[in-house]
Amino acid sequence: MPASPLSLVPALSAIVGARYVRTARAERVTYEQDGLPTHRRTPGVVVLPGTREEVIAVVRLLADHDVPLVPRGAGTGLSGGALADPHAVLVVLTRLNRILNIDPRNRRATVEPGVVNVRLSAAAAAHGLHYAPDPSSQTACTIGGNVAENAGGPHCLKYGVTSNHILGLEVVLSDGQVVELGSPAGDPWGPDLVGLFVGSEGCFGIATRIAVRLTPNPRAVRTLLADFSTLRQAGEAVSAVIASGIVPAALEMMDRSCIRAVEDSVYAAGYPRDAAAVLLVELDGPAEDAVSAEAAEVEALLRTNGARAVRAAADARERERLWQGRKKAFGAMGRLARNLVVQDAVVPRSALPDVLESIERIAAAHRLVVSNVFHAGDGNLHPNISFDGRDPDVTARVEQASAEIMAACIAAGGTITGEHGVGLDKLRYMPQLFDGDSLAAMREVKRVFDPDERLNPGKVVPIHACREWGQVRRRESAA
Amino acid sequence: MSITDKLRALLGREAILEGTSSPGDVPRVAPDSPDAVALLLGTANDQGWRVRIEGQGTWMAADAPADFILTTRRLDRVPAIHPQDLSATAEAGVGLDRLRQQLADRGGWLALDPPGLAGRTLGSVVATGTAGPLRQGFGPVRDHLLGVTFVTGDGRLVQGGGRVMKNVAGYDLTRLQAGSFGAFGVIVLVHLRLRTLPRADHTFVLRGARETVAAAADEIRAAALGPAALELLSPALGRSDQWTLAVRSVGSAQGIESDEAALRGVAGGRLEQLRADEAQALWMRAAEGFATRPITFRVSGLPEGADELLDLIQHQVGDEWVSASPGMGTIRWGGEATADRLQRLRKSLATIEVPLTVERAPWELRRTVGHFGAYREGVGPLVAGLRRTFDPGSRLVVATGSDGGG
Repeated sequence: MPASPLSLVPALSAIVGARYVRTARAERVTYEQDGLPTHRRTPGVVVLPGTREEVIAVVRLLADHDVPLVPRGAGTGLSGGALADPHAVLVVLTRLNRILNIDPRNRRATVEPGVVNVRLSAAAAAHGLHYAPDPSSQTACTIGGNVAENAGGPHCLKYGVTSNHILGLEVVLSDGQVVELGSPAGDPWGPDLVGLFVGSEGCFGIATRIAVRLTPNPRAVRTLLADFSTLRQAGEAVSAVIASGIVPAALEMMDRSCIRAVEDSVYAAGYPRDAAAVLLVELDGPAEDAVSAEAAEVEALLRTNGARAVRAAADARERERLWQGRKKAFGAMGRLARNLVVQDAVVPRSALPDVLESIERIAAAHRLVVSNVFHAGDGNLHPNISFDGRDPDVTARVEQASAEIMAACIAAGGTITGEHGVGLDKLRYMPQLFDGDSLAAMREVKRVFDPDERLNPGKVVPIHACREWGQVRRRESAA
Repeated sequence: MSITDKLRALLGREAILEGTSSPGDVPRVAPDSPDAVALLLGTANDQGWRVRIEGQGTWMAADAPADFILTTRRLDRVPAIHPQDLSATAEAGVGLDRLRQQLADRGGWLALDPPGLAGRTLGSVVATGTAGPLRQGFGPVRDHLLGVTFVTGDGRLVQGGGRVMKNVAGYDLTRLQAGSFGAFGVIVLVHLRLRTLPRADHTFVLRGARETVAAAADEIRAAALGPAALELLSPALGRSDQWTLAVRSVGSAQGIESDEAALRGVAGGRLEQLRADEAQALWMRAAEGFATRPITFRVSGLPEGADELLDLIQHQVGDEWVSASPGMGTIRWGGEATADRLQRLRKSLATIEVPLTVERAPWELRRTVGHFGAYREGVGPLVAGLRRTFDPGSRLVVATGSDGGG
């Protein structure tokens, strides 16, 4: 019989100190959401360990008392993945925020999970290096959270997502045992358990040390802004650039609704307000000449495919401004309505024009405002629905529209999440993507790491869709 | 009724390959669809038959003890190539040479150049995780995979990943399969990430003493040039009386021009550009050379320690057939060695936290030393648990750990 989280407060306080155990309702409700407003869970207790030893002790204590736990970073996730029920303890890792080592010669660093993403790049800058995954929330989100979600970002088009940059992990399993996965150089020591762990959404263990690859800063950068009269033209221009063989560092799209939200905000970047869509294209490399030549070729492709105008950032300041508009677009959309659902799906790049039109139709049918700002080069869509969550009818329409958008993406050969994770929000769509055997296999893999299923329970794999659930039902009917 | 008769009854006469029987006259079965593989493995699991997994049989020694051989060679279709999306779907038994040609016809390129013969199957490359020199520029095998479909040891058809560029729906079973040597099932279908065919593809070489070419490689790495390949080849592998540093630059004409300009400043400007046919021959020989050796292994250390790693390998098992990526810290070795010697080397490497993965070897050696050897503390039970998950009856004959088991 699991203990009540509250009954463990004295023991938790003895491990981390009383000030780092939150029990008052007013304190716990600050953790009842992540970045997605449609899911709320209030944790039974919130604990904030400050060292790896404290993490281990907390996990062992909870294991001894059979109490579920949910690891959490900065809480910027967008899938309801880091939410804990009242019967569970939320383990917040933001105090483990030290950069343990930067090894510029081997282009590697070791960090604790609570290190904020952008801090690592800032620390590596002195060596001409940076940490490549750059989610829009990078000024707040943590590397541990990035590992849990396999986070992406605009520059992942060229440099790869989080899993391409994680070399090794120290992981505390659900029973408190500590294992080392990977190796200092990044090759697996056996099967690729680092690859399996990254993106496991806190369901396999808690990463307490993370070895990452650092990437040399490019010597030459060109940033282009192209604007289009229709979404379809912008989508087709994306396909043309990708098909050319040039791999931009980033290739981002924003639609009219998003452009106007940004331009009306303090993050105004000078995007043309009358455009149906803009593309932000960045090219980089080790040599000025080559990057300039590629930028000229991309500009010609954009114009051929219908760009009304293409302008290049004149200097680092203008580049910064163009990117600030893109990265703060989600914040700017806060102006449109009280609540915002940031959706996440991926489609084949060539399907972008059709899927964008489908999203427009779905939004119109449900009388909703959908703004698109996304990683077009990867086909990674973020249709964002602005709404007033106090109105149950509107909320129901948001849920229905989200489901229809996911269905359209799956029908186009895509997937339901490219970087935000399944969490709670996408559970219902998993059976549309995977059959029972595949879902059951995933659940069995979880049990290898977490036999009692106490780590972030109820996330990622919907239990009812699994074959084993069928077996449970059969056993129950037989009884 | 013999096993062969039962297999014939199960999958039809054409699925039993004639004239290709292995020592011990073990039947070789070639299912022609993922469903047939599932049926076959489900039956093998029920019957308690042990299964050896095989592609074209050109890489791993075909000698693991089994009741029958499952070859993927009839799973050789390429159902989809999407050049505009830079993705393709191929069955596991397609030969890389055929796949490359079909992709090139549509303007696509799979940036993998694994060791072995040109006709090695895609499934073999994925299952063994054997990337070649292009790993420097394009990453290990796992980075080229969007998704895989595989059949577990008890006949379940499982899908991991998908067909699009990014995908975090569910746990990453695709990465788990890459380099697992078939321990977690038989890969039947692979969704691949492609590049466009490079507009230009140039190779530069420098020949000399190992110290000389290694120093040039360090210069290139320090210049942050980012070549597609930066490889040191031993004299035997480079077909030269000296060591060879081979630098491959692919991409746009402008990009390569700037690489060339930078390379002229390295090693006193002594890097020499090869003609296209010479370059192709160099890289092909380097890949195929390993197929002539009975054993290959790879080690992976820090780039800074690559030279010391080479010294250690040379000291313990020689360095006649060696290909090293100093930019990555990875080294591939080919040759002959006893199990005892390999275990000693692995032990020495473990003290400096460098894993040694046996890529190919006769069964007796694989059984004794395992592909991976001893796991780090606490990892063994996880791997064993995954083995039980994906092959509950231990029907797939794979020597992962040092005890030859899971």
